[in-house]
Amino acid sequence: MNPQAIIDGLVSGSTIGLGAIGLTLTYSILRFANFTHGDFLAWGAYLTLTVAGVLGGLAAGLGAPVYPFSFGWGLPLAILGGVVLTVALALGLDRILFGRLRARGADTIIIVMASFGASMALRSLLEFIFTAKPAYFTKALQIAKPLGLGMRATPDQLLVIGLTLVLVLALHLVVTHSATGRAMRAVSENPGLAGVYGIDVGKVVRVTWIIGAGMACIAGVMAGLLVQIRPYMGFDLLLPLFAAAILGGIGSIPGAMLGGLIIGLVEAFAVQIVGAEWRAAISFVILVLVLMLRPQGIFGQRGA
Amino acid sequence: MELVAYAAFFLTMAMTYAIISLGLNVQWGQTGLFNVGIAGFVGLGAYVSAALTTPDAAERIGGFGLPIAVGWLAAVVAGGVLALGVGLLTLRMRSDYLAITTFGIAVALQLVFQNVESLTGGAFGMAFIPRPFAGLQGQAFAFNMVNLALTAAVVGAVYLLLEHLLRSPWGRALRAVREDEIAAQALGKNPVLLRLQAFALGGAIMALAGAVQAHFIGFIAPGNYLPMMTFQVWAMLIVGGSGNNRGAILGAVLVWAIWALSGALISEIFPAGQQARAASLQIVVIGVMLCVILLWRPQGILPEVRSVSRHLGRRTKDT
Repeated sequence: MNPQAIIDGLVSGSTIGLGAIGLTLTYSILRFANFTHGDFLAWGAYLTLTVAGVLGGLAAGLGAPVYPFSFGWGLPLAILGGVVLTVALALGLDRILFGRLRARGADTIIIVMASFGASMALRSLLEFIFTAKPAYFTKALQIAKPLGLGMRATPDQLLVIGLTLVLVLALHLVVTHSATGRAMRAVSENPGLAGVYGIDVGKVVRVTWIIGAGMACIAGVMAGLLVQIRPYMGFDLLLPLFAAAILGGIGSIPGAMLGGLIIGLVEAFAVQIVGAEWRAAISFVILVLVLMLRPQGIFGQRGA
Repeated sequence: MELVAYAAFFLTMAMTYAIISLGLNVQWGQTGLFNVGIAGFVGLGAYVSAALTTPDAAERIGGFGLPIAVGWLAAVVAGGVLALGVGLLTLRMRSDYLAITTFGIAVALQLVFQNVESLTGGAFGMAFIPRPFAGLQGQAFAFNMVNLALTAAVVGAVYLLLEHLLRSPWGRALRAVREDEIAAQALGKNPVLLRLQAFALGGAIMALAGAVQAHFIGFIAPGNYLPMMTFQVWAMLIVGGSGNNRGAILGAVLVWAIWALSGALISEIFPAGQQARAASLQIVVIGVMLCVILLWRPQGILPEVRSVSRHLGRRTKDT
């Protein structure tokens, strides 16, 4: 076993975990499996890339790499813009599609289907606008520095892992300690009763999309920074995202993160045995095992 | 004459999609099961039938040169067994788990088609799949016409079978489970068992469609069974009218026509370099169409005919 798999697994697991947070929240609060979520990652990456391009045009110095990273101050600034735009995309989609179906009292599965249709349309739109050719945030090359025990990592990779941990910890504290977080849990337990108790369900729905789409955008940028940006990047991550959300237990933010890290690590180790061409099947195998052995996931309480 | 030949080819392809759409109608229209892995089931049928019927080939295992009918039958069995397995795993749980699992099945099967070269030919796929009435291949017109007739006959047979089942006690129990599971349970129906049967039947029909299509074209490759196919078939059923078998067939022809026409239009309008890019607009159009129909006319063009029993006559669905 090559110990480098630990670093590779933690890096890709961070992306999967961050992405799965939005999925698990929409699943538990809005009660549907959102197939569009993967495309929020891809849109987040492309929107951030666009904002970075505009910023670079305004002030050329923003693109110059800041040691030891491969990108300049423009990228963190662009992420802010990308998050706002991705959140706007999610809220807009909820307003014209999911919200209307909910208001009509449509079956869960109709909403799932609508998300499937919207996902295809959004992804192909990306392909039309930006073409299928991969794009990159930076052209700078980074040398992986040795960390000891035969492991190497680039400064970008370490930043991604660290940033993910900080974000998840902050999010977890907010959701467990704020009034909004309590309202979110109340709606996820029983939306009707929560409404009767005077909780603003519409606001909870908006907060859910804001957190989910925001995290999706950041996860997409991370994936784009470490690998590349492609219209299909979100679609390819969809199965790992679902597997992470279900493995962690639907509705649990730490669960989604832990699930993501587990999936990332298992993928990294399994790829060494079965070969990289089977990577996409690994999260499917994990998903099937979870459904057979513990369908409620690690932190799930209720039977699914 | 050329136009007639193209029309025959177009209709034959549309008919193979009509079979898939009918299979989906059993799962979704009658039972409310959301299958996001249609392409996987269709591909499985195509590969199983191809492996059994192609002539012996040096570079891969299989190639038994069996008759086409044996291949079709094996495809039906394979599709049914796969659907049974997926159903056993997920049908006791919330409905979206089935969606996620079938999505995963399609991804996993796609990898198998792509990577197990000794069985599937890998990215190059499998060629020399025997075509029905191959003796007529010299006369293009007659060949196209008999193949169209054969495919239409398969559609007709599946349609009659499903219509018969729809009006049988089994079909009524299925719809009862879909409309009100607890009430159906109280009447002694086993919802999980009924769903499992419907899912397996639908999966078998989809695999049959895959086999029919593979033998008509004569060549298969992993790229034919991408999630896009799943998406097209969903659009067909929803546009045509889920729950209505005639709607499933109509939707298949209609959406396939829109697909073929928009493809032709794009190759007319856009320069050669931009065509791959413009082709993604086709998918956007179909995706938006699916969402619009779900929002404005969820019952589709031909709504479900609410039938209790053939002895009671028909009532149109009043929702």
